[in-house]
Amino acid sequence: MKINLNNRVETFDGDTMTISEIMKVKNFHFKMLVVKLNDNLVLKENYDIQVVKEGDDLKIIHLVSGG
Amino acid sequence: MQNFKKIKECLKSKIVGIAGAGGLGSNCAASLARTGVGKLIIADFDIVSEPNLNRQFYFYNQIGMPKVEALKENIDRINSGTILQIHNTKVDESNIALLFASCDVVVEAFDDAFQKKLLIEFMLANMPDKPLVIGSGIAGWGNSGAIKVERYNNLYVCGDTFSEVSEDNPPLAPRVQIVANMQANAVLEILLNNI
Repeated sequence: MKINLNNRVETFDGDTMTISEIMKVKNFHFKMLVVKLNDNLVLKENYDIQVVKEGDDLKIIHLVSGG
Repeated sequence: MQNFKKIKECLKSKIVGIAGAGGLGSNCAASLARTGVGKLIIADFDIVSEPNLNRQFYFYNQIGMPKVEALKENIDRINSGTILQIHNTKVDESNIALLFASCDVVVEAFDDAFQKKLLIEFMLANMPDKPLVIGSGIAGWGNSGAIKVERYNNLYVCGDTFSEVSEDNPPLAPRVQIVANMQANAVLEILLNNI
């Protein structure tokens, strides 16, 4: 499937994937993340169940301390 | 100059919220005040301490003062006409909506990543139409080219998104101020969108 990940088109194996699976493939192992799927907020407890499919717009934003 | 007058008039009518008055918040507020934004609503519960002075917009004689009070004092000295509404309080889910409901844009300027996440998730869930400018990745020195702004609809992410503060990677004035001013610049982009 092709999705838009952080404003870039990316291709993944399979027709659907969960957000957790995408994070694993992309090596997003950071502690503090904000996730939006098609502009809707996805909470951490739903990363394992929220399904991403062809054409979806996914944002995974990494937050690090310092300010 | 007609256009500059229009820009100034537009900014004078705007309200910007700033959550946190540390390195990002204090410097971002100073730039927005100098630019002539009409009103800033700033919330922080911390007091000025000596280690803050390596990057935050405070002075030695202000050590011990609540940051928001010291910031109001400093910004009033710029005398740009900007009104500061200050809240010496910790920002949390119970007061975010109340503090920032009237703002045209909100700037996330916290230090701690957990606090950042709390504010961002609350705003995306409850105030999704309000533009939000966040800071992530300011620590250390050099590598200015890695610092960028990414826009995701109403959410603007400023910083390199990977440089976390630690003993080996302290927050220092240049990178903190670059990101604080990138945030201020993103705010202007949003406020002046229709001019």
